[in-house]
Amino acid sequence: MKILAIESSGLTASIAVADRDRLIAEYTIDYKKTHSQTLLPMLDEVRKMTELDLDTVDAIAISNGPGSFTGLRIGAATAKGLGFALDKPLIEVPTLEALAYNLVGTDKAVFPIMDARRNQVYTAGYTFVRNENEPSGYECVTLLAPTAIAIEELADMVSGEDREVVFTGDGCPVYKDVLDRMLSGRAHSYAPFTQSRQRAGSVALAAFSYFEKGLTVSADDSHPEYLRLSQAERELMEKKKADGEG
Amino acid sequence: MSEEKDVLILSIESSCDETSAAVVKNGRQVLSNVIHSQIDLHTLYGGVVPEIASRQHIEKVNQVIRKALLEAGVTLDDITAIAVTYGPGLVGALLVGVSAAKAIAFATGKPLIGVHHIEGHICANYIENKDLEPPFHCLVVSGGHTHLVYVSDYGSYEILGRTRDDAAGEAFDKVARAIGLGYPGGPKIDKLSDEGNPEAIVFPRAKMADNEYDFSFSGLKSAVLNYLNSCQMAGQEINRADVAASFQKAVTDVLTDHSINAMKRMGLDKLAMAGGVASNRHLRASMKKACDENNIKLYYPSPIYCTDNAAMIGVAGYYEYIKGTRSGYDLNAMPGLKLGER
Repeated sequence: MKILAIESSGLTASIAVADRDRLIAEYTIDYKKTHSQTLLPMLDEVRKMTELDLDTVDAIAISNGPGSFTGLRIGAATAKGLGFALDKPLIEVPTLEALAYNLVGTDKAVFPIMDARRNQVYTAGYTFVRNENEPSGYECVTLLAPTAIAIEELADMVSGEDREVVFTGDGCPVYKDVLDRMLSGRAHSYAPFTQSRQRAGSVALAAFSYFEKGLTVSADDSHPEYLRLSQAERELMEKKKADGEG
Repeated sequence: MSEEKDVLILSIESSCDETSAAVVKNGRQVLSNVIHSQIDLHTLYGGVVPEIASRQHIEKVNQVIRKALLEAGVTLDDITAIAVTYGPGLVGALLVGVSAAKAIAFATGKPLIGVHHIEGHICANYIENKDLEPPFHCLVVSGGHTHLVYVSDYGSYEILGRTRDDAAGEAFDKVARAIGLGYPGGPKIDKLSDEGNPEAIVFPRAKMADNEYDFSFSGLKSAVLNYLNSCQMAGQEINRADVAASFQKAVTDVLTDHSINAMKRMGLDKLAMAGGVASNRHLRASMKKACDENNIKLYYPSPIYCTDNAAMIGVAGYYEYIKGTRSGYDLNAMPGLKLGER
C-alpha cells in the first residue's frame, strides 16, 4: 500500500511517498519559485532517489484546499494528470486537516490558520482521539469544519474551548499579536516550524485514513475545495442581492 | 520494409476560455479535436473572467483529454509526445493545461513540448491545406492578438507588424458592447453588418509612421464611441447596423491593406489567416478579393480551427517535435510569451 502525496496549497511545495507505516520520501521547499517550476522536478527527484516505480503507487493524495487558488490548481492538475495516466484514484485531503496532522497525537485542540487576505483566515479545529485502527494511531475529530472567517471570530470561538489550544499554519505569524491579545490569560501556543507549514508527509498520513474508509475520488472528478467564490461571482451575487432588496 | 512510424501528438490547450485536447497524426491529420467552451458562463459577466475560466479548466481537463483519445481510437500508449500551450494567455488558465500535460508526460515517460499559442493558430492552416508549406505570410487576428507574421520555415516566425494597442477582436468586443450587442462581439457585428451600409459613416484608418505594417485600433474604437455619443447628444437615432458595418469595414480595410502591401513588398504569393477574427465573413471576402487582384493564393482554416483549439497545438507541436524541441518538467506558463521566443 503506497501513497504519493502532493501539497501546493500555500507557499510550500511538498511531495511525499509513503507506505502505511513508513515515510519513504518527503521533499519540501519554501522558496520564491512558483510551484509550476518546482513541484514536478521535485517529484522527478524523489522518483529517481527512491527508484520509485510509479505503477506501484496505489493512490495519489492531494491537499485539496482551501489555499492559494493558483497553487491549489497546480497541485490538482498535477494529481489529475498523474491519476489519469497511471489509472489511479485520488484522495482529496482537506488542507487544514493535513496541517492538523502535523501535530497528530497531541491532546490539545489544533486550530490551523491560513492567511486568506481580505481580513479573513481559512481555519478549522481538530482534536485527536486514540484509535488503534487508524493508520496514525489516532482518529482526527473535527471541532470546527473548514471555513473562512475573521480572526476575531476565531478567537471568540477558541476562548470557549475547554482544551488547551495550539495554532499552526502560515496565518500564525500574521495574526499572533491579535490572538495573544484576545486570548491573554488563556493557555495557547504556536507550533514550531517543523509543524507549522504544509507538508506532504502529513497529507499522506491523513490520506491513509481516507483510503482505508474507501474515501477516494476518480482523477476526472477531483477538483479543489476553494471555500470561496471568485471575485466576479461574489460581486454579481452582491449586485443581485442589492437589486432584489432595492 | 522499413516504414516510418507514425507520430501521434496528444495536445492540450487551455489559454483562455476553451478547454481542448486533440490527437494529431504526422502533423497534418486531425484524429480528434475536443473543445469544451465556457462561453455561456462568461457571457454573464460580459467577458472572460480569469478565475472562473481556471476553475472550469480544472473541472473539465481530464474528461476532455479522455474524450480526445477515445474519439481518435487510440490509447495513451500509442501517443508519441505530449504538446501543450504554455503562452501567451491567462496565466491561471494556462497553468491547468501545463500542469496536467507535464504530469501525463512524467507518468508515461513521453516527450513534452511547450507550444506557443499563436504559432498554433498559424499552424491551423496546415490541417486543411495539404499544399501549404512555408514560406508564406500569415495574418493572425483574434481577441488577444493582431500580428502580421512572415513564416520562413516550419517553426520559424518573424513579426512584420503588430497592434500597438487593442487587438482587432478586442475592438470588435468593445464596439459590440457600446451598441448593445453583447459578448462575444465579433460574430454579432459580422451578422448585423449584413443589414448595414459600410460606407454610411467614415471611421479613421490608422497608419503608423515608423512601421507601415503595425496596427492601431484604439483610435477607431474611440471614433465609434464619439460618434455614438454625438448622436445621442443631438438626439439622433442610431442605425446600429450602419455603425457595425462601417466599423467592420474600417477594420477589414486596414487588415487587408497591410497584408497585401507586405506580400507585394516581399514578393510572396501565399497568404494565410488565423485566429478567431479570421472567420469573420467580411474580412474573408475583402481579403479574397484583394488576393485575387494580386495573384495571391489565400488560405484560412475552417471556423472550428480559427477558434482556440488543441488540434492546432498538436500541429505546431509536431513540427517542434521533428525539430527536436523538448520541454522540461519545470515548464512554466508564460502569459506574455512573445512569438518566436522559447
